[in-house]
Amino acid sequence: MKDYFALIFTGGKSLIVGMMITLRELFRPVVTVQYPREKLPLSPNYRGHTILIRDEEKPEKHRCISCKMCERECPSNCIDLAGEKREGVKGMVLIKYRLDFTKCSLCGTCVEVCPPNALDFSKVYQHVGFSREDFHYDLLAMVEEDK
Amino acid sequence: MTTMAEKGEHRYILNMGPQHPSTHGVLRVILEMEGEYVMDPQPVLGYGHRMHEKMAESRPWPNFLPNAARMDYLSALIYNHGYVGVVERLAGIEATPRAEYIRVITSELNRLQSHLLWLGVLVLDLGAFTPIMYTFEDREKILDILEDVTGSRLTYCYMRVGGVVRDIDDKFVERTREYISWQRSRMPMYDKLVTGNIIFRKRIEKIGEFNPDMARRYGLTGPVLRGTGIPYDIRRAEPYSVYPEFDFEIPTETTGDCMAAYLVRVREIEQSLRILEQALDKLPAGPAMAKVPKKLKLPAGDACYAVESPRGELVYHLTGDGSDTPYRMKIRVPSFSNLSLLPELCRGMLLSDLCACMGSLDLVIPEIDR
Amino acid sequence: MSTVMNTGFLPLELLRIIFALICAIVIVFGNAVVMGYLERKLAGRFQRRPGPMEVGWHGILQLAVDGVKLVGKQLIIPKQTDRVLYRLAPIISFAPAIMPMVVIPFAPKLQGRDFDIGLIFILAVVAINVLAILIAGWSSNNKYSLLGAMRSVAQNVAYEIPMLLTLLSVILVTGTFSLRGIVEAQSGGAWFIFFMPVAFLIFFAATLAETNRAPFDLPEAESELTAGFMTEFSGMGFSLFFMAEYTYMFIACSLTVILFLGGWSGPPLPYGEYTSALWFFAKVYALLLTMIWIRWTFPRVRFDQLLNFCWKYLVPFSLVHLLVTAVVLKL
Ligand code: SF4
Ligand code: SF4
Repeated sequence: MKDYFALIFTGGKSLIVGMMITLRELFRPVVTVQYPREKLPLSPNYRGHTILIRDEEKPEKHRCISCKMCERECPSNCIDLAGEKREGVKGMVLIKYRLDFTKCSLCGTCVEVCPPNALDFSKVYQHVGFSREDFHYDLLAMVEEDK
Repeated sequence: MTTMAEKGEHRYILNMGPQHPSTHGVLRVILEMEGEYVMDPQPVLGYGHRMHEKMAESRPWPNFLPNAARMDYLSALIYNHGYVGVVERLAGIEATPRAEYIRVITSELNRLQSHLLWLGVLVLDLGAFTPIMYTFEDREKILDILEDVTGSRLTYCYMRVGGVVRDIDDKFVERTREYISWQRSRMPMYDKLVTGNIIFRKRIEKIGEFNPDMARRYGLTGPVLRGTGIPYDIRRAEPYSVYPEFDFEIPTETTGDCMAAYLVRVREIEQSLRILEQALDKLPAGPAMAKVPKKLKLPAGDACYAVESPRGELVYHLTGDGSDTPYRMKIRVPSFSNLSLLPELCRGMLLSDLCACMGSLDLVIPEIDR
Repeated sequence: MSTVMNTGFLPLELLRIIFALICAIVIVFGNAVVMGYLERKLAGRFQRRPGPMEVGWHGILQLAVDGVKLVGKQLIIPKQTDRVLYRLAPIISFAPAIMPMVVIPFAPKLQGRDFDIGLIFILAVVAINVLAILIAGWSSNNKYSLLGAMRSVAQNVAYEIPMLLTLLSVILVTGTFSLRGIVEAQSGGAWFIFFMPVAFLIFFAATLAETNRAPFDLPEAESELTAGFMTEFSGMGFSLFFMAEYTYMFIACSLTVILFLGGWSGPPLPYGEYTSALWFFAKVYALLLTMIWIRWTFPRVRFDQLLNFCWKYLVPFSLVHLLVTAVVLKL
């Protein structure tokens, strides 16, 4: 009998304590943001899809030497690149760098292995498309467009 | 009544999942029901099977790094840790001391966010919608900290053989300290809102009781096992990385029911915070990446590396044959053993209790299916 | 006076009833919209989210948009359902929700019709909802729905008992079943909640269970039964259940206000015979907000606990309460 009333008392008290907590939270400011209108600052270390970065000394050019290290090391086999020999140019010239972003796991292996540090992560996080092919990015075109 | 039940005349099959709000993923449980009582729950696995082990065996070992995070998306860093650990042990490489500390710090942050998510989800399974939003507020802080150093928010690929990709800076240390005091200030609130709540207590106390013997038969690990009073935690039982240098306790309970697992996890949050504090204090200077040969071949032989994931004991077993591709890789995941307890644990239980039980086992389905 | 207003072919009484019915329908829909908005907005704020924000100022038109969406949706009737019953269930649930509005006294002169047995009328009409839920669960041909329906029936039958027992305590004091009579018995601030707070608590708990609100929302326990008896309903069927739920909540809170919180009584207002309805609505919405507050705080109880709570706590307490009231009255 004593337990019976004790349970009513403690139980009722715990319910009221719980309700007081939610009441307090009710009057505190919201913590979420209305996403497309407000955006939170992105961390500078965020990993978006990879991009070719431009050379600091010669800003019109990217640094890729078409060594194919990234293509070989990529665990997801999502890089497809090609270089060709051109008259009067030392080394290889990159003619194609396609990234299949549907498969990329953003592991960073390609960025790490690249001998001339030609790759970096972008800060793009909004990817929308109607088909898989929309996510096959042409990094070479991107870096050239960007000029 | 019992005779009818034995004949199975009043039984019917209820298909729970693969899309059901409280199976948390693509788990399917075929329930043989009698009224609201679950007479025979049979989990069906494999909806998320991706052959991670086979993938590891068919490609050079560095290519498995991103896979590790995809098995258990809630403790990706701990899975990272296990994998780099086993490769290091097999190849005889030592990570730098600073890297080991960073691994421990990020792993503990990862464990904290997993526990916070579980706390919210368990209460959600029991029908309270609000606590999960509060735990998410805390969890967001961890994810922000980890995003700043690893670059991603959930499926991290941060650890490398010999160290970690990016060193942590003072900002990271400062934010983590801020987070530790924030989380400490939040725990009394959860105590009052969730732990003390009479409805919550009545829902999980004395539900799903099991004993150490059952736990041994099913190979249970993690907080569920510690809820039966066995202080088995890999961080102490088979210390790895720099865990022996920290002073922390292994919380245990004796009742072995859902409440025990709950209390163990909540108390583990405090212990993780303690480890974090000590690790940040003791953080040694130096490089975050050791010198590792460019083309590392796995020597012939076996290596095993066990880590404590938020759900229990995670073991990587790697066999090398002298090439850079593993000969065999076996991963022992905690959720699989914990789930296999379900049929015996939940026989004759109410449907609502089954949800509570699954919530307190803290299952992560992609980890089970791999 | 009635002779002056009599238009010959439509007696005044009939006009009054038609007008009252129109008002009732307006209240039903208005309440559903207001409650839907409040519930979502407050749920958001309790969880530190803003809640609906996009449609109109602070999302105030969200419910209108949702209504249009639900009306425009395809009515999906799953295979092997009992088609007639499946379509009938939402209507059976919604239609009785309008009727009690006619007898609820919002203000001294704002009452559709005062019955001597108004209280009994409301209780009887509201009980039809259980049937609707049972039909919905049965006709959907879904085991989850059926489980939800079964839970609902057991729960409603069980909680009717403490509810009626506490009602009896009030009736013993007032000596009438007329809702107006009960309100008038509490005039001058002598609200029954001050004399029998325990009865108020029991009655409120029972109304939570009767209206399937958390923590007693077992018939639609979404983490166990996906959506309970509503699992298979979409579009209009769903929205009728949705509106019915809010209307039953409104009715239950109105009853609580009439029985324990003095109905329309409050500080005097100009044209008090009509405007004191404001007090009535203020009290009802205060109770409704409490219901929302409770829902977003507590976990759900288990089924056996629900019945235990009823039989072990509510029924004995209300019986003792009834006895004490009777003895006190006799003295
Ligand atoms: S980030 Fe990883 S998966 Fe993506 S392209 Fe680079 S190497 Fe391949
Ligand atoms: S590794 Fe670097 S330089 Fe080599 S092909 Fe890839 S992007 Fe170009």
